[in-house]
Amino acid sequence: MPLNYFLILAAFLFCTGAYGVLARRNSVLVLMSIELMLNAVNLNLVAFSAQARDVSGQVFALFVITIAAAEVGVGLAIVLLIYRNLKSPDLDRVEQLKG
Amino acid sequence: MWAQEVAFWIIAVAMAAAAIGVVRSNNVVHAALYLVVVLAGTAAQYILLAAEFVAWVQVLIYIGAIVVLFLFGIMLTRAPMREERGKLDNNQRLAGGVVSLFLFGVLVVFLVDAFGSDEVKFDKGLVELGSTASVGDSIFRTYVIPFEVVSMLLLAALVGAVVLARRD
Repeated sequence: MPLNYFLILAAFLFCTGAYGVLARRNSVLVLMSIELMLNAVNLNLVAFSAQARDVSGQVFALFVITIAAAEVGVGLAIVLLIYRNLKSPDLDRVEQLKG
Repeated sequence: MWAQEVAFWIIAVAMAAAAIGVVRSNNVVHAALYLVVVLAGTAAQYILLAAEFVAWVQVLIYIGAIVVLFLFGIMLTRAPMREERGKLDNNQRLAGGVVSLFLFGVLVVFLVDAFGSDEVKFDKGLVELGSTASVGDSIFRTYVIPFEVVSMLLLAALVGAVVLARRD
């Protein structure tokens, strides 16, 4: 089976996630799109691991999953703070640093 | 070989449709549920690549923990259940679409150019490679220091999330 099937599927997921990060206003949805991108990278790592017969790719995928979990925890705490301070989860309301 | 290709295409189409659902849905909870479909599809692709340990970690951590965390986040930010069209998006939709389409085109061209002739061979060795024993060997022999660093990172993230979200 061609390796490219997996790589192109992962590229599609990554680009969909990138679109979500750019076009979403709600902060929880932006975090979800980031998860989509991380997930695409994991699929790449595991596909390369299967093609090269090297288990390192799978170990790195596990590390990325762990870091994604940490990122979502801290990210949702920040989203909660934004909501508490601005009474809205929308990211374009965060504009205190605008000149 | 033939069965794997059919399975791949069925899962891949479901994943692509659900991924579009995540970024286009007008309901935050629906987006989270579409995300579950994408993550479960990824776990199925891992099974297809005989990476069983990573697949079950994916199911436990992503679907079991991260999606539940997202649902809590949706609940705590009181996201409205029914939104009129486009309320969850900003006004960069066209630019975002152009950027992601361009990125996808460039990636596909380069991937076909670089890995067009590479094949994943399904045999006994692949199953052994993805087994829990071989992944565990690699973590605790080759990657033991990164493993410990990641555990410290998780602890730091846990403490950081508590400090940030605490109300006092």
